[in-house]
Amino acid sequence: MGRKLLTEHINVEGIETLDVYRKHGGYRSVEKALKTMTPEEVVEEVKKSGLRGRGGAGFPTGLKWSFLAKPEGVPRHLVCNADESEPGTFKDRQLMSKLPHLLIEGMITGSYALGANTSYIYIRGELLYVLRILEKAIAEAYAAGFLGKNILGSGYDLDLYVHPGGGAYICGEETALLESLEGKRGNPRNKPPFPAVQGLWARPTVVNNVESIAAVPVIVNEGGDEYAKIGVGKSTGTKLISACGHLKQPGIYEIELGLPVEEFIYSDEYCGGIWKGRELKAVVAGGSSVPILPKELILKTAAGENRLMTYESLSDGGFVTGTMLGSGGFIAMDETTCIVRNTWNFSRFYHHESCGQCSPCREGTGWMEKVLHRLEHGHGRMEDIDLLVSVAKQIEGNTICPLGEAAAWPVAAAVRHFRDEFEWHVTHSQQAAQPGAVYPGALVTV
Amino acid sequence: MESTATAAKPQFSEAAQAEIERICKQYPDDRRKSAMLPVLHIAQAEFGGWVSPEVQDLVAEVLGVKPIEVYEVSSFYTMFNLKPVGKHVLEICRTGPCMLRGSDELTAHLERITGAKVGGPASEDGLFTLKEVECLAACGFAPIVQVREQYYEQLDTPEAVDAMLTELRNQVHRPALPWEETGLPNAVANN
Repeated sequence: MGRKLLTEHINVEGIETLDVYRKHGGYRSVEKALKTMTPEEVVEEVKKSGLRGRGGAGFPTGLKWSFLAKPEGVPRHLVCNADESEPGTFKDRQLMSKLPHLLIEGMITGSYALGANTSYIYIRGELLYVLRILEKAIAEAYAAGFLGKNILGSGYDLDLYVHPGGGAYICGEETALLESLEGKRGNPRNKPPFPAVQGLWARPTVVNNVESIAAVPVIVNEGGDEYAKIGVGKSTGTKLISACGHLKQPGIYEIELGLPVEEFIYSDEYCGGIWKGRELKAVVAGGSSVPILPKELILKTAAGENRLMTYESLSDGGFVTGTMLGSGGFIAMDETTCIVRNTWNFSRFYHHESCGQCSPCREGTGWMEKVLHRLEHGHGRMEDIDLLVSVAKQIEGNTICPLGEAAAWPVAAAVRHFRDEFEWHVTHSQQAAQPGAVYPGALVTV
Repeated sequence: MESTATAAKPQFSEAAQAEIERICKQYPDDRRKSAMLPVLHIAQAEFGGWVSPEVQDLVAEVLGVKPIEVYEVSSFYTMFNLKPVGKHVLEICRTGPCMLRGSDELTAHLERITGAKVGGPASEDGLFTLKEVECLAACGFAPIVQVREQYYEQLDTPEAVDAMLTELRNQVHRPALPWEETGLPNAVANN
């Protein structure tokens, strides 16, 4: 069992209250940072930790912090991205509802490091009940002197607020999130300028995922070098994995980066294998946007090495034979899963969630959904399969934000690894269109 | 909505007004528009689970923005219902991980026992509106239905679905929000 840096106390009774949280070492990083460290020293520790953005992009957090512009007299902001919406991902919801003070502690220490005096947690609107939990915890933190004016006598002031979204996947993209926080439609902005220069209300802003911010307290307490000792290479620390789909024990697992994928799926300590005694068919390892891999390629790389839960190992082989760690939304599919149906489902999602600004995404996602719908429902043509690949290629790289790629990659990967199954949907269209139809071909086609 | 011409102009309750003012203070004085989404959520809770054009105009007035600035937002985000709904809106997650654990069957089952159709009007008794939504971020507990602020998880047995529907049928008022003493009667507005 690996170390648990974030979730060690998640099941302690009353841990959502400030008293119990403090008894388990809570808010130590605020005391340490505000009383003994300069903001620059906090940024330096986060840089040394090697922490990479846990929302999906994997960009080094410390580096992102160091890009923040600091013009004289202009307020700057730290905004927490709690718009968790990537299908397959549900770690932030668990973390915030059970350990609200961990996020608040990270927000205080992080805001201090960035010189922000007003910070926001942007939470997806569906999670209004979690917003209530956070607001209650924030009120406790104000009463205890961890928020407000002159925190712990340090002279540092911070106000922290929670802001709900309204139901839009696109608001997980950081500039769409900022538009939404300004009370507008969630249309991503053209970049540059980047948020670090012109973010919320055109002020310098850092946007970080919940899990990234929640890692700041342990990094400050134990030091960036200590944190970086966990993991493999440039994948340092621990990661929350949201395990779902056809697993025996779905749920949230905090793993040390570097855990073999096979152990994660089959060990009773983690997912306990595939449900109903079935065989694994495929895995989407990092949220719905990342390429799907058949069983053989998720367990081992094309070179035959054990695949590890790290940014590097999962992407080994590029998009030809690899995938991405992404948000850690780990969706397992058993042998009865229809890959065409699943791909159609994801395409419908991206079509529904496209903000509509860029034609390639607005039109392309709809086109892919339509073609996949007809393949799944018995009206497909053989040339549809290459048409899908062609549409996906034309979306990729031609949009303001990465939703275009997120929509294109899963389709391209499904055709790449499961072309036989797509062809079977054309050659056996009536059979394939039956509810619950299972492709009888080879289990794995590489 | 033929009756709206004669309907009295909607007004927020005092409790809701106080909550709106608390929220507006979270943003700079000249950025009151930032409170758009939280205020729309309050409006939907206050006025029977949906936001009519009149309610949206009220939101515009409260925030000091043009009505079009509210319309363009309410039509973008999927949580805001722009048509009358039943007493309880059942938001069924239909995305991949929920589909893998039976959301299609759950939707069919809910249509059968409530008599309502996804995307259609409320059930004849006015109790339930069915709405399919995209990923609710609870994939490990699939399949899932959200009703207002409540998540109902692991609805993979008829018993679990029955328990949810019984609980909802027994709700006279919607659950109170933190700034309210009691929840409002959630008027059935499926006329």
